[in-house]
Amino acid sequence: MAQEPKKLLILGGGTGGTLAANRLRKKFKASELRIDVVDQDNQHVYQPGLLFVPFGLAEPDEIVRRRNKQLHRGIGYHESAIQGVDINANTVSLENGEILDYDVLLVATGSVLQPEETEGMNGSQWLKTVFTFYDMEGASALAEKLDTFESGELVINVIDMPIKCPVAPLEFAFLADWFLTEKGVRDAVTITYVTPLDGAFTKPVASATLASLLEDKGINLVTEFNTAEIDNEGSKLVGYDEREIPFDLAVVIPLHGGAAYVEESPGLGDELGFIPTDNATMQSLVAPNIFVLGDAADVPASKAGSVTHFEGEVLVENIEAFIAGRELTARFDGHANCFIETGFSKALLIDFNYETEPLPGHYPFSVGLPLLKESRINHLGKLMFQSFYWHGLLPGRDIPGIGSDMPMSGKDKDLVGAGTTPASATEKGN
Amino acid sequence: MTTKLLAGTPVEVNEEGFFVDPDVWTEDMATELAAEANIAVPLTDKHWQVLHYMRKEYFEKGTGPTVRKLGKSSGVTVKELYQLFPKGPAKLAALCAGIPKPRGCV
Repeated sequence: MAQEPKKLLILGGGTGGTLAANRLRKKFKASELRIDVVDQDNQHVYQPGLLFVPFGLAEPDEIVRRRNKQLHRGIGYHESAIQGVDINANTVSLENGEILDYDVLLVATGSVLQPEETEGMNGSQWLKTVFTFYDMEGASALAEKLDTFESGELVINVIDMPIKCPVAPLEFAFLADWFLTEKGVRDAVTITYVTPLDGAFTKPVASATLASLLEDKGINLVTEFNTAEIDNEGSKLVGYDEREIPFDLAVVIPLHGGAAYVEESPGLGDELGFIPTDNATMQSLVAPNIFVLGDAADVPASKAGSVTHFEGEVLVENIEAFIAGRELTARFDGHANCFIETGFSKALLIDFNYETEPLPGHYPFSVGLPLLKESRINHLGKLMFQSFYWHGLLPGRDIPGIGSDMPMSGKDKDLVGAGTTPASATEKGN
Repeated sequence: MTTKLLAGTPVEVNEEGFFVDPDVWTEDMATELAAEANIAVPLTDKHWQVLHYMRKEYFEKGTGPTVRKLGKSSGVTVKELYQLFPKGPAKLAALCAGIPKPRGCV
């Protein structure tokens, strides 16, 4: 008698859920594994594109596609919000009333913005003088605002980590400098970058490079600022240490947390709604048959598409091993890389992992894209990436030379330990 | 790595002053460390609530909580945390609680 196929249920049809579903569909026959994906809507946003929307460099409809169209044949798609996961009964209840059971669960529901967690953020000035570009509504509204913004104080404020794509707020500052220069009003605008970190970025060598870029572009840097409140009437950020930063236009990155249903699922997530996860195998620490991919995991890596991509290769191998009853041997090393748009058609590239901070050199080999250095080729790389995202990354195609492990061969290793300790670079003061 | 005399006992600390071995910590050491950081001593019950919570979390999870996690689960609000341990509550509370610097985010 033929055995029933095992059931893999994937929560989230974004970067991680989609690439994992497609890769696993290729590995198993339908008679071996049934794969279903759940998401609350059918809008798959190419999130790196949101950065470009406020500057008119991307239109909203260019960066959104249907989620179910990105999934290969033979993958079920359920469009409904998730109510909760019962990790003991191995079931997921959906708001449309369906209850789905699983043998293996993959949580890939990412992170959500929580503007309501900061006093005054979604107050009377929200979408008037206080914006975020981290979602489509905010990015589009900000495009209209920037169109007519010609003088005053532009303040960019990261409330606290973790956030998606930790370099995006810096890129926003660089692009704002370019945009206002092109408009001929840069002299009438002060740009201030306000961060809770003790530098421009989390990692020492990159932080120094990025701080000097801010300086070159005349962008003020305020560090160790912990925003307690956005004062709508007074148009200022107020810190817990009572420092105040006035603004005419505030671009804020709200606090992030896990998806709302995580809190309604006893034993699944931590206080912030992220899932405790093994840093290397991507197996959750809450149940052996639950795996986690991308922003939803509490691993100490950036919440970024590249991380999800590299984690995905490891995850797929380990889910295969788990289903076959073998030991999980694939290991994720924390590999991340990001293009950092710096304006005027240039970009930097950084490449790092759990142990090694971003270093200068070239990627992936000694002949390759320049690391930690502004160049036009990196800017082109960033622009071309969207096409690769839809046609390569999501369908689960490998790119020759770009593996999940971080390459060391093109990097300037002399800088490791030159007054910096990479291991402590993942730590943050508060 | 250096050795620091706290409450009459030599304690090994790292370059930022965090304990290498959380097990050697005592409440008297916490009071000395807090005073060094310009926190008024004797410490209040709320201070102790946070310090003991930090240690409990560290021993259970291997890392001290961040400010946001403290605000959600220690019973002390984020605003109060900044009053109790000014500037960087999680970092300063970890220092006084004798545990490593909380693992932050990248």
